[in-house]
Amino acid sequence: MTAERVVVAMSGGVDSAVAAARCVAAGYDVVGVSLRLAPHGTGSCCSLDDFHDAAAVADRLGIAHYVFDFRDLFDASVVQPFVAEYLAGRTPNPCARCNQTVKFDHLWRRARELGAQHLATGHYARIGRHPGSGTPMLRSAVDPTKDQTYFLFMLGSRELERTLFPVGDSTKREVRAEAARLDLPVADKPDSMEVCFVPRGDAAAFVEREAPPASRRPGPIVDGAGAVLGRHEGVHRFTVGQRRGLQLGGGPARYVRRIDAAAGTIVVATSSDLACKGLIAEDVRWNGFGAPSPEQRLAVRIRHRHAAIPCSVTAVDRGRARIAFEEPGPLVTPGQAAVVYDGDYVLGGGWIAGELT
Amino acid sequence: MRVYLDYNAGAPLRAEVHAAVGRAMSLCGNPSSGHREGARVRRCIEEARAQVAALIGARPPDVVFTSGATEGNNLALDGLLSPGDLLVTTAVEHASVLAPAAAFEAMGGRVVRLPVSSDGSLDWRHAAVACEERPRLVSIALANGEIGAVYDVAKMAALARAGGAHVHTDAAQAAGRLVIDVAALGVDLLSLSGHKIGAPSGCGALWMRPGVPVRAAIRGGPQERDRRAGTENFLGIVGFGAAAELAAQELASTAARMRRLRDLLWMLLRDALPDVERNGPTGLALLPNTLNVTMPGIAGESLLVLLDLGGVAASLGSACAAGSPEPSHVLLAMGASRDRARAGLRLSLGPETTEDEIRRAAVVITEAVRQIRREAAA
Repeated sequence: MTAERVVVAMSGGVDSAVAAARCVAAGYDVVGVSLRLAPHGTGSCCSLDDFHDAAAVADRLGIAHYVFDFRDLFDASVVQPFVAEYLAGRTPNPCARCNQTVKFDHLWRRARELGAQHLATGHYARIGRHPGSGTPMLRSAVDPTKDQTYFLFMLGSRELERTLFPVGDSTKREVRAEAARLDLPVADKPDSMEVCFVPRGDAAAFVEREAPPASRRPGPIVDGAGAVLGRHEGVHRFTVGQRRGLQLGGGPARYVRRIDAAAGTIVVATSSDLACKGLIAEDVRWNGFGAPSPEQRLAVRIRHRHAAIPCSVTAVDRGRARIAFEEPGPLVTPGQAAVVYDGDYVLGGGWIAGELT
Repeated sequence: MRVYLDYNAGAPLRAEVHAAVGRAMSLCGNPSSGHREGARVRRCIEEARAQVAALIGARPPDVVFTSGATEGNNLALDGLLSPGDLLVTTAVEHASVLAPAAAFEAMGGRVVRLPVSSDGSLDWRHAAVACEERPRLVSIALANGEIGAVYDVAKMAALARAGGAHVHTDAAQAAGRLVIDVAALGVDLLSLSGHKIGAPSGCGALWMRPGVPVRAAIRGGPQERDRRAGTENFLGIVGFGAAAELAAQELASTAARMRRLRDLLWMLLRDALPDVERNGPTGLALLPNTLNVTMPGIAGESLLVLLDLGGVAASLGSACAAGSPEPSHVLLAMGASRDRARAGLRLSLGPETTEDEIRRAAVVITEAVRQIRREAAA
């Protein structure tokens, strides 16, 4: 019997290298694929060095490796929406969008074309099983400092059935040690932390380069009562909760409370004024089990690396949900994901539309 | 056993070449040195020069060894053009012509890139008009490596010379596949590549008609009669000479065989996949070894990977360092969409390709296309 084929998405980093190595060790017929997403040299990924690193790892593992050019798709489904979101006063989450459209949809289709039964990535996440039905569910990684389920919430049981996360049950330290033990040439390669296509992590500069000047309007910075405290150079430079860069002179520390892109206004508040009752999520997906009931005690994560906040969830119409914090919580940032957890397990999530009032 | 159908990217080393290079490896000495060791190496180089010259009907002293056709093409353009000059070339040249042309343009030169029609053939009306503008240089490939189109360089040379221009042709893809005679072509400069005809990569040549004032690009030694400095790539040159001699001897028989097998491959594909489309010209205006096809609706990248996994080496357009090709500029120039220009599958045969290999390749390609279509339909 021939082995099942697995396509491993290889970024050139250590996590996907070890993911590929574990697929090989598990006896799969492994095909490594790197994706060309951003033009060379614009950000921290997709450099020729990354492809060479991935190819060197594949060579070391004795597997085939190919590069697919997904630049057009990536631009249309990740980069342009990223720019549009900033201009609309929201703070986009391009990694989650990329997972949703590029990796677990388009790349999966390519993998099927190549005769693969599974797609594997180096994400830190696990695939658990629903205790009752046994269907697969997204589950937090063993290493809480590396957990990436926040960016993967849209994977339902149908996607998870065919997905492998070979490093999700290891810590980063274990992954690096294994890479070193296997003599993989990327064992010591630094982690990438920033949005891959944005140079130096400077999203504002990137938006300014990509967007037509007409779309970048300066405007006033006001307090909750509407008093003008200062000026700004465009709403895309701000994110809700931001403190730095307001340049309002002295006085109490102020934070961005709200962004009104239509009016071009940044609304700020002092720290006593920041409590938030919850959020409205849109484009919500419940991963195969329907919406949770409002009685369930759940938790929601509203930013990567933030602790999950105890909450209750009430499904509304048209794929929307009201997510109420148990206690007043931190400000929510429109455009970010809201991911709902039941303990370790991800029940689903959506995109933050606004604050619960 | 794998089937290698990417000769236009690089041919496997021929056994005769391997043997010749192996013998040469026991020699030592700088060919510019006065001692016997150096003289012995020098003789090998000159023998190779004669072998390469014979392949193109040239005199040996007019052959300058280079690192390959890319260097030859760069040398021809950079060595002849000065700011203010006009260069006439085509939209479908190899990057080693198009990139120096673009650099020349950026430095204040004028460039006309002749368009091609949907089958890759040249628009002669355009060519005639451009040649009346008194270009300094006309550069046109003898054959295109992606679609296999063969261009009437003799006709172009006649037009160009009437306007006082020098004429360069990139013959890297034509060598070993077409009869090449510099006198009959009427050109002044002709580039060759070793590894396309079964020599080691890293060696090629630029033939220069005596008196054509090409400025050396690499300076610092009297090698190659002051036209290309640097200690000669002795082993590469010996291999190139052996490969050139072999190509000249075999040409008549191998060209006919490659043509028959290429046509067989096309027939097998067309029978199995009725909607397969062919890119480029047919008949005599086509290299005997090249077939470029498109499977409608199929991503070229997937097809190529399935062929590779299935044991068939082919390519999409020309080879690319990143491993993921840009849309083919040749297919774009022929009017293809970006998607279609990414999907042209190039199958190129060589003198050692067998009928059995062609039949196996046809099966692998057919299976790959069906596999992709099954998934698309699911």
